[in-house]
Amino acid sequence: MDATDKKLITLIQSDFPITDRPYAAIGRQLGISEQEVINRIEEIMKSGEIRRLGASFDSRRLGYTSTLCALHVPPEKLEKAVAAINSYHNVTHNYERNHYYNVWFTLIAPSRERIGEILMEIEKSAGVGPVLDLPATRLFKIQVDLPVI
Amino acid sequence: MTPRPFVDIAAQAGMSPEEVISCVDRWKQEGTIRRFGAMVRHQRLGYTANAMSAWDVPEGRSEEVGRILAAAPEVSHCYERPRAEQWDFNVFAMIHGGSPEECEKVAAGLARRTGIDNYSLLYSSREFKKISMKYFIE
Repeated sequence: MDATDKKLITLIQSDFPITDRPYAAIGRQLGISEQEVINRIEEIMKSGEIRRLGASFDSRRLGYTSTLCALHVPPEKLEKAVAAINSYHNVTHNYERNHYYNVWFTLIAPSRERIGEILMEIEKSAGVGPVLDLPATRLFKIQVDLPVI
Repeated sequence: MTPRPFVDIAAQAGMSPEEVISCVDRWKQEGTIRRFGAMVRHQRLGYTANAMSAWDVPEGRSEEVGRILAAAPEVSHCYERPRAEQWDFNVFAMIHGGSPEECEKVAAGLARRTGIDNYSLLYSSREFKKISMKYFIE
């Protein structure tokens, strides 16, 4: 990645133009052609620094509810538990972390009832639990872009 | 990728490109779309350590402490959540850095500024899943 790639990522992280020809608009800001913007973005996506280009929705405004879940899983049950958790499209992030609660995942669903059901299914099918269900009670900061360094 | 992405979306949605653009614009203004653009893999951009910091904050101070944690540029997300069995922390802040030491430094600075010294840093050792949510497919 060169300096132009970094500027490009910074620009399209937070300020992607919502216009008929967005890459032409970006090109004008960076002093490169529309085609070069497209080529560069395709390259960056191929090498993996950009995961996706598009909208990130506020789940609450779409009527959904979300939570953070934590779970203690002994090593011999880890594979089965991860497969059970990951099988839900409602699970968007799932990480192993260095704590007694070693599996942490986020869950987005249409209702609190559905969240309860999913957590019960996970506990049952993987023989683990109880899952800690920690829905946010206050939001101080959500998903802010980090500077490209 | 094509030069006119909203024309492609419009074709798939059975709408006109103008309708798609005004819809996305409106959703952005209302906050239904939180952001529109590139979703990056932070790990590939040099943020190789991400620490979930968890803080034990007295109930009456969570608003004030949450604001201080959220103001740090290294913090991407910050929430208050309930305490639980064997989990005596109620404020969470995701800290991103180039190394665990960098994350620890940030956390130590935040501990000084907030006066909260009971906190824990949980590092991710493996990523099992990271996707974007697809809504309305139930």
